[in-house]
Amino acid sequence: MKQRTLRFRIADWLYLAIAALPVLCGIVLNILTKPPTDGISIAGARIFFTIPMPLQDLPITEAQVNSFLVVISIFGLCLYITHGLSIKAETKRQHFAEWVVEKTEAMVQESMGDFFRGYAPFIAAVLALSAFSSLLTLFGIYPPTSDMNVVAGWAILVFILITYYKMKSGFLNYLKGFTKPIFVMLPLNIISEVATPVSMAFRHYGNVLSGSVIAVLIAYSLQSLSSLLLGWLPGFLGQIPFLQIGLPAILSLYFDIFSGCMQAYIFAMLTMLNISGGFAQEDYEKRKKEKLEKKNKKLKSNT
Amino acid sequence: MELAIGIILGCCALGAGICMGIGAIGPGIGEGNAVSKACEAIGRQPESKSAVTSTMIMGCAISETTGIYALVISILLIFVAPITMVNTLKSAVASLL
Repeated sequence: MKQRTLRFRIADWLYLAIAALPVLCGIVLNILTKPPTDGISIAGARIFFTIPMPLQDLPITEAQVNSFLVVISIFGLCLYITHGLSIKAETKRQHFAEWVVEKTEAMVQESMGDFFRGYAPFIAAVLALSAFSSLLTLFGIYPPTSDMNVVAGWAILVFILITYYKMKSGFLNYLKGFTKPIFVMLPLNIISEVATPVSMAFRHYGNVLSGSVIAVLIAYSLQSLSSLLLGWLPGFLGQIPFLQIGLPAILSLYFDIFSGCMQAYIFAMLTMLNISGGFAQEDYEKRKKEKLEKKNKKLKSNT
Repeated sequence: MELAIGIILGCCALGAGICMGIGAIGPGIGEGNAVSKACEAIGRQPESKSAVTSTMIMGCAISETTGIYALVISILLIFVAPITMVNTLKSAVASLL
């Protein structure tokens, strides 16, 4: 293997710092601003400050700050992984990077088809953002995905994409699609159109939120149970909630890690299926052919 | 006034419990069906285990959606609805007096 220069190593450490510092910042911010509570506390995102705006004040909440921290962290990780690439893969990180790229491209091609092959970076970004946001609970930071607004933003983005690809086969055809079987179905079709982003947002948000709610409830009940069972121990030993040791960690394995990654995968999968499902490729190609023929006719008549 | 607030709190708690309880029936049955069929498929064709498992998990998560809706509603009923309802009651009473 090549000998690495000092400059290369310094850049490496810098990229790692870009990836790790936002998480540290989040932990420090959480410790500094968290109000002291006793017992059950299931609150929404805290509002740090509000920016006065003409129509409505814009509150800067914990969810927004944390999601930007996640973005910076993923950016640093990407820089670290793709640093020092060579034509033939030598380092472990290049193998890892190639594995990630190949897997996402294969996944996108398998479920979206050849036409949408360029969507691999977008899908990878959605996957990484969602998964890392949900995994923030491991550090005790408020996960942005358990705030409705963050996930609803992504869902609206996906809805715009779906509508764009439905309109690709003609705006009038898109409007006609609402009255497809019979004209009476118009309101139902509109409702089902709007229900797609709503259900995507609710699914992701509800799963992450339910995990954190159940974790808090179980931790609190274990505390009560241990004070009930082990309260007879002398002195301060009776005060320590022994049952809280270890058990919540096993639950967190399911609710934080498995559920978070699962929801990220499902969100990405639904994005792919909805975008490619709404797109009528045959109509689009037909239209394209007709347009080309018209153009050619015009050119011929001109010459 | 105290009686009205008590009724509001009690009804919110009751509604949340009933909502979650009934809302959990559908996804439970649906996911059970999905997993049983997936087990049958794996038993018939063990070589297609990975594809069946990933599809099953996807389907489970989608059929879980209605349960999640019930959960969101019950969370709203527990944490949001009592406060707003009591506040509206108080303001209504204050405007009457």
